[in-house]
Parts: sequence; structure tokens; C-alpha cells
Amino acid sequence: MASSGDSKGEGLVFHPMDQFIVEPLFGAGPVHWYTVTNVTLWMGLSVLALILIMVVGTSKRALVPSRAQSIGELAYGFVHKMVEDVAGKDAVPYFPYIMTLFMFIVLSNFLGLLPMSFTTTSHIAVTAVMAMVVFLSVTIIGFAKNGVGFLSLFWISSAPLALRPALALIEIISYFVRPVSHSIRLAGNMMAGHAVIKVFAAFAGVALISPLSVVAITAMYALETLVSFIQAYVFAILTCVYLKDALHPHH
Amino acid sequence: MATKTDVSMSTCIDSYGSAIGMPQLCTDWASNQIFWLVVTLVAIFFVLSRLALPRISAVISERQGTITNDLAAAENLKSEAVQAEEAYKKALEDARLEASKIIESAKSEIKQELDVAIKKADADIAVKASASEEAIAVIRKDALANVKLVAKDITSELVKVLGGKVDSKSLTSVINAKMKG
Repeated sequence: MASSGDSKGEGLVFHPMDQFIVEPLFGAGPVHWYTVTNVTLWMGLSVLALILIMVVGTSKRALVPSRAQSIGELAYGFVHKMVEDVAGKDAVPYFPYIMTLFMFIVLSNFLGLLPMSFTTTSHIAVTAVMAMVVFLSVTIIGFAKNGVGFLSLFWISSAPLALRPALALIEIISYFVRPVSHSIRLAGNMMAGHAVIKVFAAFAGVALISPLSVVAITAMYALETLVSFIQAYVFAILTCVYLKDALHPHH
Repeated sequence: MATKTDVSMSTCIDSYGSAIGMPQLCTDWASNQIFWLVVTLVAIFFVLSRLALPRISAVISERQGTITNDLAAAENLKSEAVQAEEAYKKALEDARLEASKIIESAKSEIKQELDVAIKKADADIAVKASASEEAIAVIRKDALANVKLVAKDITSELVKVLGGKVDSKSLTSVINAKMKG
């Protein structure tokens, strides 16, 4: 994008997308599917953070929770209530899966906010896999629970009969667009914010603009902190909405 | 990142180690990311479903149970306190009744004793009063006799001083007549 390798060392150099490069952790060389890369490192750190918050933090099983245990319980209660409220009581068995997605996204997003870090959720490859998993499992659950009745999701019985085929076409298109919007929303939000911060950071090299640049970075960072949580929330709540459609296809 | 010069490393990185276009669209890395994502998600899922979630839900339900129990215990204690207060009030009432009874009986006892004492005192007083009256009568008689004597003496002395002669018989009769009048 803004990368201009030729003008290296001359004035402002923008490499806002370099932070998204996947590279091997140990030595150089091609990136195979099994190579230990910065992706591995930051995903591993998200697992570590999860273990710290959800397992180590709650290890005392205190009746009056400590701060760490409160965070774990808060996360549990937040997602559990969301699943129950949005997808219904019969969606509670799927709670661990949604919790897995939510915790991974929220932890990756926040780890990605650390300076010099790599944001795993800013890559379409990552979010698309999650979105496809959600899409496929929701579709399978829909057919498994309702049989052919799941197709009534597309046949809106409350609309006039003449409109129904047109509506069905729109519904089907929107259904198949779900994984695309689901994945690009998250990756796009994460990528855009980080790239903008990097652009502002490049401006900090000019003494005259640097105070403004620092202020802009701070403001963007605050916004990104908000976005990090909101996008994880949005991803999880949309999963719940899709799950609700699968469990109760009738409008 | 900008120090890498290995051009053959990837088709998505230029000779200066910078990204060409969006690294997000580089398909060379997709398999790596997908592999590690699956590993990570499976790890997170097992950590959550085997360790974290059962533990947290147990803690939360235990807390809920404790709160419910404590509330019930508080309710019991409250009713006990109300009962205790009632018992206390009843005891107080009983004690008050008992006290008034005791006071009543003590009062009547004292009154009886007082009556007896008053009667006795009255009798004593009556006896003493009659004795005193007798004594007073004797004294009065004596006094009357003495008055006559004294009057006689004084009169005779007065008459003597005035230069008269005393007729003791007429003097006695005059004094007797004056004393009667």
C-alpha cells in the first residue's frame, strides 16, 4: 500500500503494513504450514493469557473472588448471558464453543495492541477460518435439529405470497454472505486501526508534527482498545444470532 | 523487519523486507496461520471446557447456594429474635404483675400492723390521758386551796399595810364569795 522501498532513508518512510508480515521465529526461510512463526508466538501467548485469567486466576475457587477471579467470572457471566439471551436456553450446550471464539478473539485483539506485537486476528486467513467454522457448524446444526424445516428460514411465511420467492432469494444471498462479512468485519477493523497507528507513528519522525502525532496515536490507541473489545463482542453475538437461526428457523 | 533481504523468502515481501501490498492477502502464509489457529482454538477449547468453565460455574453456583443459605439463616435468626422479644415482653409483663401483687400484699400487711399499733397506742394514750386528767384535777384542787390561802395572806398583809385590822373570819368569807363569782 504505502510501502515505498525505493525511498529508504529519504524523508518519511511508511511501512504501515510491515507489522502484518508473517515470518519464522527462528532464522529465515520459507514459511511452511508447520513453521513456528510469529503467528505461533502470539497465538501461544493468547493461550497463555487465557490460562492465566481463566485457570490460574480462578484456582483458589474463592467464595469472595479476588481481582483475577472476578475477571474470569465476569467473562464467563458475560458470554453465558449473551448466549442465553440472544440464542435462547437451548443454545447453552454450545456455550463452550462460543466462549472459545470470544476469548481467543478478545485476547488476540488486546495482545495485538502491545507495541511490536503481531495481531493474529488482523488476518483474513484467521478470521475466515473461524467464520467458516461458525457458518458450517450453524448450517449443520440447523439441518440436524430441524431437518428440511431449516429451509423455512428462507421462506418468510409472514410476507405476502407473491413476495416470498424474491425474499427467499435475498435471504439465501444474505445467508451465504454471512461468513464473508463475519470474517472481514473483524480482520478489517483490526488491520485498519493498527495501520493508522503505524502511519501516525511514521509522522512522529518529523519534529514539528511529532506532538500532534503522539496525540493522534494516543487517541487512536484509545479507540482501538474499544474496537478490540467491541469486535470480539460483535463476532460472538453474531455467532449467537446465527445459532439462534439454526435452532429456531421459523420467523 | 526492514533488515531482511532474502527475496526468495516469500512473494509477498520485497527486497527490503517490506510488505508488498496487503500481507493479509498473501496466500503463502495462509496454511501456516490456519494450522496454528486450529491448534490454538483446540487448546483454548480444552482449557475452557475441561478446566476453566466447570470450575467457574461450580464457584458461581456455590456462591449462589451460600447466599441462599445465608439469607435463609438470616430469616431464621430474625424470627428467633422476634420470638425472643415477645418472650422478653411477656416476662416483663409477668414480673410487673408479680411486683404489683407483692406490693399489694405488703401494703395490706403493713396496714394490719399499723392498725394494731394504732389501737395499742390509742389505748396507751387513753390510759395516760385519764391518769393525767386525775393528776390535773388533784393539782387544780391543790391550786385552788393554795390560791385561797395566798389570797388570804396577801389581803391581810394589804390590809395591815393600809393600817386596818384583819378580821380573819370575814376575810375568808369575802374571798370565798369572790372566788365563786
